[in-house]
Amino acid sequence: MGLLSIFGGGKRLHRGVHVPEFKEQTSQLPIRRMPFPPSMIIPLSQHAGAPAVSIVREGQEVVRGEPIAKANGFVSVPMHAPATGRIERIALAPSARGELSPAIYLKPWPSASQEILYGAPQDIEHMTPEEIVKAVQETGVVGLGGAAFPTHVKMKVPEGKKIEVVMVNGCECEPYLTTDHRVMVEQPDEVLHGARIAMKAVGAQRIVIGVEDNKPDAIENLRKAAVPYPYISVEPVPAQYPQGAEKMLIHVLLGREVPSGGLPSDVGVSVFNVATLAQIGDLLPRHQGLIERVVTFAGPALKKPGNYMAALGTPLRFALEQAGCTEEAAGVILGGPMMGPAISSLDVPLTKGVTGVLVLTQKELASRNGDILPCIRCGACVDVCPLHLNPSRMGMLARKERYEEMETDFHLMDCFECGCCSYVCPSHIPLVQHFRVAKQMNRERKARERAKSNA
Amino acid sequence: MSAPSLTPEIVLHTSPHLHSARSVGVIMRNVVYAMLPICLYGVYNFGISVVALLVVSTLSCVLTEHMFCRAAGRPSSIKDSSVIITGILLGLTLPPGFPLWMAAVGGFVAVGLGKMLFGGLGFNVFNPALVGRAFLQAAFPTAITTYTPALANGRFAEFIPTTLTFPFAQPPVITEWIARVRIDAFSGATPLTALKFDKIGTGLTPLFWGNVAGSAGETSVILILLGGLYLVARNFMDWRITAAMLLSAFVLSGVFHLSNPAAYPHPLFMLFSGGLMLGAVFMATDMVGSPVTPLGVWIYGGVMGALTILIRLLGGLPEGVMYAILIGNAVSPMIDNLTQPRVYGTQRKTGARA
Repeated sequence: MGLLSIFGGGKRLHRGVHVPEFKEQTSQLPIRRMPFPPSMIIPLSQHAGAPAVSIVREGQEVVRGEPIAKANGFVSVPMHAPATGRIERIALAPSARGELSPAIYLKPWPSASQEILYGAPQDIEHMTPEEIVKAVQETGVVGLGGAAFPTHVKMKVPEGKKIEVVMVNGCECEPYLTTDHRVMVEQPDEVLHGARIAMKAVGAQRIVIGVEDNKPDAIENLRKAAVPYPYISVEPVPAQYPQGAEKMLIHVLLGREVPSGGLPSDVGVSVFNVATLAQIGDLLPRHQGLIERVVTFAGPALKKPGNYMAALGTPLRFALEQAGCTEEAAGVILGGPMMGPAISSLDVPLTKGVTGVLVLTQKELASRNGDILPCIRCGACVDVCPLHLNPSRMGMLARKERYEEMETDFHLMDCFECGCCSYVCPSHIPLVQHFRVAKQMNRERKARERAKSNA
Repeated sequence: MSAPSLTPEIVLHTSPHLHSARSVGVIMRNVVYAMLPICLYGVYNFGISVVALLVVSTLSCVLTEHMFCRAAGRPSSIKDSSVIITGILLGLTLPPGFPLWMAAVGGFVAVGLGKMLFGGLGFNVFNPALVGRAFLQAAFPTAITTYTPALANGRFAEFIPTTLTFPFAQPPVITEWIARVRIDAFSGATPLTALKFDKIGTGLTPLFWGNVAGSAGETSVILILLGGLYLVARNFMDWRITAAMLLSAFVLSGVFHLSNPAAYPHPLFMLFSGGLMLGAVFMATDMVGSPVTPLGVWIYGGVMGALTILIRLLGGLPEGVMYAILIGNAVSPMIDNLTQPRVYGTQRKTGARA
């Protein structure tokens, strides 16, 4: 805890860490289009919820933007063809998490255009909230901030809940990433349009947009675009990780705490990421589907870093060639360096939830390789934990494999794995990694107990 | 341009992929840097005896840790530098002319009993340097209360006679030597002893700069504060503990002073004298012995500050910092348990049953 923090007033995240941002590499680079790869892989599960169900057959020709898989239930979204071409096969493909999952392989025509011809205008001004939810589901849009939770589900207000505020998350607190930043700078009108659609769907009265103050151009453009709408406010907040976590941002901007195990709707708030809203604002009036997204390619091992509008399904190997990946690459991470998974195969495709691709060298990764020493009880992890947990104590319990006690007594399940504790630990104790193991062990134990009681 | 050859060098690792540069070694080394000016001033104040004292106490601590690690069959842990802090701190809290062999014994006890027997860094309950000093105070009550005047004549040319006492022998009596080398009426009594037993006060200015009799590195308030400021500025020290300790000491001694100004000294005198400053900045803030909760560190500091004053003013000893901090270390786990923070989104604290 720094001496200056006692003087801190105003709206800001008091816990968490200030990680070096490394955003200057890409923050001023305009969004560029990435060419189509020779072959695309579209996993049927790119979102939280039930995987989509393929509606195409092998050999079928599809048009860019045409639906190729339908939603399987309410908590599920359809998929659309990212390029005009031919369905090669429907088979297993590697995913970012390591396991194989069903996917549609698509071979774009060699001269396929990136223009989208599929779709038809629809009148969204006179839609009821239910119609909006349905139309949003048809776009296939999910949370583009990384969570990939179906957006229309968030727009459906649960029975008995009332939403007052639509909160737009433009924090982008992870180092290196600048996709939300560029979207806010280049597409402020789409962001606001999407936010107004969301406001109508959930029946809120106002829109609050939270943007970290390291993106002054984004704040300026959003404010300009928001002038005609008195119910929209753009709030700059000092940059601090993990402010972009929705529970944190709700507390910072509105002073409300989402109850443990609850949702933002419990405190009258719906939270959407800026890129998600920009896509809705863009796709919904034209009744089109989500087939591409802005992805930050960053890291010292890239010669052509930047923000690329890339077709979903582009294999990483092709994308990294486009971004000029060098031999120094020592680790490829999907998303930000604080929470993103490292991937083991370059055959993994870009999916709806991929915010960025980081290619780091040994130099950056060396910082995490320190010797693991005993806890010196410095309390740094307790000071930074945004949820006011006690990572120090949980780490000691994890070492003794007392996983159950971590959950019952130390709120293990509230931890959203932001990684601040591991980042600051001067003894290099892999705290958040311990917690992930503990959660998994508890899940397995409960499953075993259930199986036993059912037998 | 071909696809990157990502085969052998790729290391899969779970997030976070970055780590703060603030490691245990970096913190410990910076604490050592922050103490160097205090060591230098001690040498200036009391002469070459302090050089020998600091070298012996540090070497003794480092060797003890190394030997214990060897005996336990695990890699030596001296490279995390924490044991160097213990060695220097022990030296700084001893009288300048403290016999070197006793300092070596103190270093052995400090690290052996105070740290390694508990399991090494992170597992010790008490501040090792203070464990060593407490042992020395019990074992050698005369030597540890034999102080010599500051700025003595010829202090860079000769050792204080007691420094080179033969191992396991009693140190010589140095009343005559003090009379010979002192530059004015300095008796060699520390300001706290002078006040407690002779009712002689010491001005705040010399206390602030440090040219008074006392332990090797406890006298200069300004240098200790500067060292602390450096550590706070670089986020290597918990300023809340120091602030709480000094504040509670100030308030409590202020209450005593206001109730009876003739009997009890000014609170600033209490802050600037003895080992309170060194203890509050460099010992109470020892991470291993302090609580980790935000509220806990304030309580912890407050308890230690109050205990220091109570021992000084109401107890039989002129100085109480050492025992105050040791008691603080002892209650620290309890303070931790009682001050667990309320978890976001709940009405419950960690450590409480659902």
